[in-house]
Amino acid sequence: MSRLDVRKTYKLYIGGKFPRSESGRSYEVVSATGEFLANAAMGSRKDVRDAVVAARAALPGWSGATAYNRGQVLYRVAEVLEGRRAQFVDEVAASEGLTARAAGAVVDAAIDRVVWYSGWTDKIAQVLGNLNPVAGPFFNVSAPEPTGVVGVLAPQASSLLGLVSVVAPVIASGNTAVVVSSAARPLPAVTFSEVLATSDVPGGVVNIVTAQTAEVATWLAAHRDVNAIDLTGVAGAEGVDWAALEAEAAGNLKRVYRPALADGAPVEPDWNADPGLGRIRAFVETKTVWHPKGL
Amino acid sequence: MVTVSTTTHTAQDLTAQARDVLGVSRLTNHALTSWLHGLPGVDQVGCEARAASLGTRSVKTTSKAWAIDTAIGMIDLTTLEGSDTVGKVRSLCAKALVPDPLDPTTPRPAAICVYGDMVATAKAALGDSGIHVAAVATAFPSGRASMPVKLADTRDAVEAGADEIDMVIDRGAFLAGDYLTVFNQIAEVKQACGTAHLKVIMETGELVTYDNVRRASYLSMLAGGDFIKTSTGKVQPAATLPVTLIMLEAVRDWRDLTGSQVGVKPAGGIKTTKDAIKYLVMVSEIAGDDWLTPEWFRFGASSLLNDLILQRQKLATGAYSGADYVTID
Amino acid sequence: MPKFEYAPAPESRAIVTIEKSYGLFIDGAFTRPKATFPTVNPADETVLAEVSQAGPKDVDKAVAAARRAYEGVWGRMSGAERGKYLFRIARILQERAREFAVLETLDNGKPIKETRDVDVPVAAAHFFYHAGWADKLEYAGLSASGADVPRPHGVVGQVIPWNFPLLMLAWKIAPALATGNTVVLKPAETTPLSALLFAEVCQQAELPAGVVNIITGDGRTGQALVEHPDVDKIAFTGSTDVGKAIARSIAGTSKKATLELGGKAANIVFDDAPLDQAVEGIVNGIFFNQGQVCCAGSRLLVQENVHDQVVAKLKRRLGTLRVGDPMDKNSDLGAINSRAQLDRITSLVEAGVAEGAERWSPECTLPTKGYWFPPTVLTGVSQTHRVATEEIFGPVLSVLTFRTPQEAVAKANNSAYGLSAGVWTEKGSRILWMADQLKAGVVWANTFNRFDPTSPFGGYKESGYGREGGRHGLEAYVTTAPSTLTGAAR
Repeated sequence: MSRLDVRKTYKLYIGGKFPRSESGRSYEVVSATGEFLANAAMGSRKDVRDAVVAARAALPGWSGATAYNRGQVLYRVAEVLEGRRAQFVDEVAASEGLTARAAGAVVDAAIDRVVWYSGWTDKIAQVLGNLNPVAGPFFNVSAPEPTGVVGVLAPQASSLLGLVSVVAPVIASGNTAVVVSSAARPLPAVTFSEVLATSDVPGGVVNIVTAQTAEVATWLAAHRDVNAIDLTGVAGAEGVDWAALEAEAAGNLKRVYRPALADGAPVEPDWNADPGLGRIRAFVETKTVWHPKGL
Repeated sequence: MVTVSTTTHTAQDLTAQARDVLGVSRLTNHALTSWLHGLPGVDQVGCEARAASLGTRSVKTTSKAWAIDTAIGMIDLTTLEGSDTVGKVRSLCAKALVPDPLDPTTPRPAAICVYGDMVATAKAALGDSGIHVAAVATAFPSGRASMPVKLADTRDAVEAGADEIDMVIDRGAFLAGDYLTVFNQIAEVKQACGTAHLKVIMETGELVTYDNVRRASYLSMLAGGDFIKTSTGKVQPAATLPVTLIMLEAVRDWRDLTGSQVGVKPAGGIKTTKDAIKYLVMVSEIAGDDWLTPEWFRFGASSLLNDLILQRQKLATGAYSGADYVTID
Repeated sequence: MPKFEYAPAPESRAIVTIEKSYGLFIDGAFTRPKATFPTVNPADETVLAEVSQAGPKDVDKAVAAARRAYEGVWGRMSGAERGKYLFRIARILQERAREFAVLETLDNGKPIKETRDVDVPVAAAHFFYHAGWADKLEYAGLSASGADVPRPHGVVGQVIPWNFPLLMLAWKIAPALATGNTVVLKPAETTPLSALLFAEVCQQAELPAGVVNIITGDGRTGQALVEHPDVDKIAFTGSTDVGKAIARSIAGTSKKATLELGGKAANIVFDDAPLDQAVEGIVNGIFFNQGQVCCAGSRLLVQENVHDQVVAKLKRRLGTLRVGDPMDKNSDLGAINSRAQLDRITSLVEAGVAEGAERWSPECTLPTKGYWFPPTVLTGVSQTHRVATEEIFGPVLSVLTFRTPQEAVAKANNSAYGLSAGVWTEKGSRILWMADQLKAGVVWANTFNRFDPTSPFGGYKESGYGREGGRHGLEAYVTTAPSTLTGAAR
């Protein structure tokens, strides 16, 4: 007689806790082949609001942590991901309709991506900052600082590799993130949040809301306590007008990371390509400090 | 005509006053250190930028004429050479009496500044002209002598008729943090001056930092100096605009603090009318009008006088003048 | 009457020839003037010249000329050759420095000593600095080694404000040209003349036609330029409201933008500051260019235990400020740039007083004609007052107090803006801590309002995005990757 398995409840991840949606709603998540996988919490605008509050609260601690410490924490994320490799392979395979082998490659790439970004944390300032030789007796230095709270529309198709590829560069420099996961493929994101919760990432640094992108994206884009928004996840999202989101973001002059375009329409990037520094650069602010040099 | 106060001060009076200013019952080196090091710091770059910006004031026509005559009247016409002779000093006094034989309206400098042994000569040459005789004293320029020697040097000059004494502080003691010694020496010299005016030379070129200049200025004022003076002229850099800026701020703030006014004398290296006018602009905009008289501001200089006269002639005639039209002494 | 009164020392205006009217500078030549409007000297309200209002068709022509120049000449030219043109321009600016200074003062109202000592020499320095970058872009660290050399966007539309007309032109045009872009620039409605003189400099430098186009006009011209479909990138300096409108108008397009917008900088003075220099920094921070500076230190945050001392020193210092004829070499403050700006300053100060601030100005006699506002200090201001939150853009300082470093930071950052900040203390570790905490693109510690071509400038939050100057400033004018594959920052 076979044992009845214990199913997991897929919840939101806000401020280091796993609440259900305040709306009490959930939605059915199905596999690439249409089979029922789980009921995921259907996040609302108020969940997004709560996530922004949590991200703002976490910002001083995370941005104030040493770059070395952030690197250690990100590497710890990779370690814990590796430990849960099998679970992610299953979820990615089911969500994205991949063979176990292909899903395994995706999970490996995702782990390696986190490792890559973990090594960046204490190099960002060295690569993006510099001393400026001003024409006068002044010490003048420019260094990148995190922009603040970043809203991230995670990619719709690449449920794990795409997710870590957009989240890691945001938090590597010290930002905190409010992530709207892939609407149709949220399960790896929820499991990823469990990884975050068990790998020394302080609560609130990454908040993941499983939701219908079209329903919550506008609220995130318009939120005046969000400093930047990554629109990557508009590609393939139902009923989302990225131009309208960018226009909403202008309300408080959010920094906007536009989606990749092909023939004018948003497309999901090739997540296996060299990520480059673009995503790190997009979510930092250059601060320049002057001080006189004298006796 | 320069007027000076005729109050005399004993060193004890000065110490008592200093205790009052500091709010302490005993004047110790510790008390002086706390006080002096509690003064706001000076940012070198900002201070120099301010001095440079005042140096860009454009002073023309009537204001230039006023500034030239004012500057001439503020000069301590100086000779401080080992080669000074009676003849040289008499000649310098004659120049002071008649700065420009071509123009009798030219004002006279405020004083002649000489070594102590030349005071009698200068005094005799200047008579009752109202031009003061200032003597450097206290083992000028280094100040490296015992206190009895410094006091004897001072008394000697005063007895010979010096109206003003330009003393040097013990820079070694100052730099070693022995502020009480510096204070006591100034106070004792002040006492030895009797009614003669005391100018305290800080030799800012050896103090190096503006923080030190500010502290030395306050210490000199606290100890009874009637004037604070930048330099002996024997050390480079001598007077500079930023150093003078710090000193002008010090006398201004000292008057706010104590109600008593102290004069300022930049000395050494001020050779041109253009320079002198920059100093006057600074006096006007930093300390204020009250310091724009020979009673409260002096230039320690020698060649400056002739440059001022050349510029004065240019204003009068409209043509640029030349070295052959001013007398050398 | 002070003892030492400076006689008038007016700079001669004979050095500059102002035409009666100006056309637009398109494709290397001036068009015939049409639909003109006057530009006035704010110091005496006399009309200096008539300039043309560029309409949509003119914008089309200018953008088309820039496109042709980009595709035909400039985009293909070697960096070394581009750089030499920029060096030429820098030299001509130096040679004609006095002319530019006089013209700028006449058109803007700022004192001649500022145009002479800051605006014009720093503008020339920007061209020198960027000239050298033109053939070294692959060394700027903008793309990974082995990747493509950074490429220009194409045609850049630039809209600049009236507070530093020539300097802002230099900040915009020098990096655009160095990186291989071509430019259509619109100077501010009230200060078009130095840009039009710069057009002449382009001619003297024999810059290929169409590389730089200067079109004059009001906000409508700017809007037409920003919204023009063939413009690849927008660079704007001006108000936050217009900046937001631009951000909305380019939403959903592939146009890039850099926005340098408003500010409400805190200038923070601790009790251990070098107080005399701090007072100079406060004065320079808010009265430089009559306070019409986006990064002006308009909020003085002074530690409560030295408030009275600092305010007393400040007031004494303000008593020596000379307000008057901008052409006089001794004027420290000149005229406000326009009637509209004067009205805005006046109404905001009145609002401040109504909200309980105490208003003080030194004694000064203002000219009867022209747009003038005395240097003004508002004490007893709270964070909630409009004069503490809204950008006044005038010679008006709001004074607030704080007790601890944390409180100073909290108050300084309590703003939608984040352009600049000042910190005054002799304690090094506190400076570094403060510099870390302040949410501002530029932090001046023990100094204020310093600018240099090598030093990036730009804001956080609603003060805009992108940097100008330095290595970072180049970033805004190049692309390093095909954005269709990876997405990109706006």
